[in-house]
Amino acid sequence: MPSRSSSRSNAKAKPRASAPKRPLTPVSKGRRVYMVTGGVTKFAKAHPSMDFRLMVKRAYDYAAKGIPNLTADRIDGTRISYFSDHFARQLKAASMVQDYLGMNPKGSVRIEWGGATGGECFQAAYEAVASGRMDVCLGAGFETMSRVQTWKGNEFIALASDTNFDFPLGGFYTGYYALMVNRHIYEYLRLGKFADVKDEREAQRLAIEEGSRIMSMVSVKNHLNALHNPYAQYPKRLTVDDVLRSEMISYPLTREQICTMSDGAAVVVLCSEERAKEFTDKPIRVIGVGTGTDTMRLADRPFGKVPLMPHERPKDYENLRYPGVHSFRAGRAAGLEAYRMAGITNPNRQLDFIELHDAYASSEIQTYEDLGLCKYGEGYSFVERGDPFLKEIDYGFPVPEAGAIPVNPSGGLIACGHPVGATGLMQAVFAFWQLQGTIPKHFGDPALQLHKPVRGAIHSHAGTGSAVTVSILERGYR
Amino acid sequence: MTARPPAYSKFRDAQAELERSGSVLFRDAEGNESLIIKFPYSINYIHSYAEDSPFFLGLAEGRLRGSKCRKPKCGFVFATPRSHCMVCGAPTEWIDLPLKGRLHSWTTCHFGSEAFLKETPYNLALVEFDGVGSVLLARLKDCVESDLYVGMPVEARFDPNPKYSITDIWFVPAR
Repeated sequence: MPSRSSSRSNAKAKPRASAPKRPLTPVSKGRRVYMVTGGVTKFAKAHPSMDFRLMVKRAYDYAAKGIPNLTADRIDGTRISYFSDHFARQLKAASMVQDYLGMNPKGSVRIEWGGATGGECFQAAYEAVASGRMDVCLGAGFETMSRVQTWKGNEFIALASDTNFDFPLGGFYTGYYALMVNRHIYEYLRLGKFADVKDEREAQRLAIEEGSRIMSMVSVKNHLNALHNPYAQYPKRLTVDDVLRSEMISYPLTREQICTMSDGAAVVVLCSEERAKEFTDKPIRVIGVGTGTDTMRLADRPFGKVPLMPHERPKDYENLRYPGVHSFRAGRAAGLEAYRMAGITNPNRQLDFIELHDAYASSEIQTYEDLGLCKYGEGYSFVERGDPFLKEIDYGFPVPEAGAIPVNPSGGLIACGHPVGATGLMQAVFAFWQLQGTIPKHFGDPALQLHKPVRGAIHSHAGTGSAVTVSILERGYR
Repeated sequence: MTARPPAYSKFRDAQAELERSGSVLFRDAEGNESLIIKFPYSINYIHSYAEDSPFFLGLAEGRLRGSKCRKPKCGFVFATPRSHCMVCGAPTEWIDLPLKGRLHSWTTCHFGSEAFLKETPYNLALVEFDGVGSVLLARLKDCVESDLYVGMPVEARFDPNPKYSITDIWFVPAR
């Protein structure tokens, strides 16, 4: 199959030195929007001494600390996100955040969109400013998942799958993602690298073994990066074998390839150009936002053509039925919209890093392809080549192209945790610090600071890829 | 720094009893104490399958029913039913699906959510059928992880004592 064996053609690594340092020309009818500050609480299994209001307050105070003239009276309104009323067991919990922060009677609304809740909150705050409705908008998110046992928590999360047709079969998101990655492995490893193996079962067994090994490299990367991130919930030094040998959760996904339940909060402050100048001399501009959706049920995902990135050609995917369950069409749609708005024509060259939604090591690999960092089918070789790894960190295996485009330099969801309503905002805060060059200050450790990054993307993803957001941030100063 | 409150003696007097009900006084690294209580939360929902009802009633009769778009130019066939076509918006009609198909993908769940933990390990399968445009998610029984592969022929089985749930149908390796 020519479309799949072309994997190597795009495999040439591009030197990062060629990344353009001049700002892009975003296309938007809205006003310019800048991020001026952000804050995160440490994500933890539980924060018994802080309720959700206090967690948000702590993140907010951290964000406000560096900017003395950013007082509450200068904030025009808020957008507040949390995913689950079941975890919160408090309807309108956002109202309690609003009053705890002393924001009454300013306007607010609660944002919820599954796992992409935090990413949607970021974009809701963006829209409030871009539309001219507000000059300064606070986006705040939290989740308190420690309130039930892990397996009850899995049940709550799985209620974000069709409760007639999907939930009663096991109520288990890891099972759904395992179905997706098994098909991804079949499409791209069984029909790719192992196309010549005659015996079907043997070929598939080899393909899953290979896929599992490469997924484990992603898990090692994210856990190891997080050793330098004091906000991370589960930083640790692991080997590929450690990951493979950790408990099997849903074949082939093992415990170390899956994010955990967390408590935590994160906030961002977005504003218009004039206000941004008053608050900081290091504003970060939001130059692109995109969202996409797909069917709630995996079983309904159609088979059609791939919506192409500017650097892809129809012949790349002649024999590929898309998206099926192997890829996230919502992620591709969100990426295309955000790139178009930001003026990005080749994300791999024009982005310096990505913080993406790696709830599963498998979905990190699937997302490289959705976002056009490599072509569909090249996700595994992209990892093996080392492109998404950091150059300065020793992962215990060779990563020849490390630093080409670091993915989840913070450690991602797998290592930082995933308090759903905060997660997408946490990514925004980490990306903001990266672009400002202030990671050493906020992390107390310079290891994860990239060398003068100009532009980065954040990516937030809801249940089985039913919704995805992508936002592009760019350094807004010289 | 908030002032440290005085010791709460009433809670400590009854501590053993309170802890039996799941309550604890949690002391963090800074010495702050948080009172954690535990209480049950259960509910009976009144849920209608509404327009999807014929599917669940059909399972009890040993019929696996999908949807076919009524618009001749479209005619999309859905393995998981829906009363309106996702492609063109026209109403659909009920059709009987073949009882034999192939594994589009599969997994073995060694954990599950709380309600299903006692059933682990269990297999999940996305089943594809000839002439059908989408697939069906179902349990897969009478086989183990090492038997399974994409493309494996499977056939449907129905629960003789239907519970009117999607679990009334499952698949097994085809004979």
